[in-house]
Amino acid sequence: MADETRPTSSSSEGHGGGERRPPRPGGGREGGGPGGRKYFRRKKVCKFCTEKIEAINYKDVRLLAQFVAESGKIVPRRLTGVCTPHQRRLSSAIKQARNIALLPFAGRAA
Amino acid sequence: MNRTYELMFIVRPDMTEEDQDKLVSTLETAVASSGGKVKTFEKMGKRRLAYTVRRFHDGLFMLLTFEGSGGLVHELERRLRVSEPVIKFLSMRIDEEQKRLDKIKAIRDSKRKASAAPATPAEPAAEAPAVTA
Repeated sequence: MADETRPTSSSSEGHGGGERRPPRPGGGREGGGPGGRKYFRRKKVCKFCTEKIEAINYKDVRLLAQFVAESGKIVPRRLTGVCTPHQRRLSSAIKQARNIALLPFAGRAA
Repeated sequence: MNRTYELMFIVRPDMTEEDQDKLVSTLETAVASSGGKVKTFEKMGKRRLAYTVRRFHDGLFMLLTFEGSGGLVHELERRLRVSEPVIKFLSMRIDEEQKRLDKIKAIRDSKRKASAAPATPAEPAAEAPAVTA
């Protein structure tokens, strides 16, 4: 299935697939890889592993906001590429931040 | 058994400076009276809340780090709950997380030292053949 889709995506898009896609909240890294099946999929790596960020704290809103969608939802691992142990810490940190009104439960931060 | 906790609370934005200090000092005395120790206290300033809490859009964020037992946390939370200007609070145990971070840091430092140590003797060795040639 992947063999079928790959040539079509390369012919229709040329190179740098995913550049034209609207920016996805959470997976904000450039070339982070498109989520759609039709496109070439780049291997995503965990931001926390590569940048060696160990402390995922609820006070670090700027960091957490990268992994929260516009709607306020936590962006799933399959879109951001965060590894399981880090996603676990991340989600608990986001929930703590929500509790203390640093992040919204739903919708944009008013 | 003393543990380290972090208590973040939000007070209403129109609270006067004196009232804030009064509230904080009552909390600090509560910590001291139950055998705990205040480590740090920080006013994080006025911030916009992500959602409205008791019809407030802004709040003054405060952060108190202290050592103490679980009963002390209960006592502080009870005090915050009954004090009217406090609109939200969150207490968290942080010593285990800190321990984990220190451990990771120690491992990283030891690795860095191990990688740095063989690099220095390698340099003269590389130089030596160049000189003889």
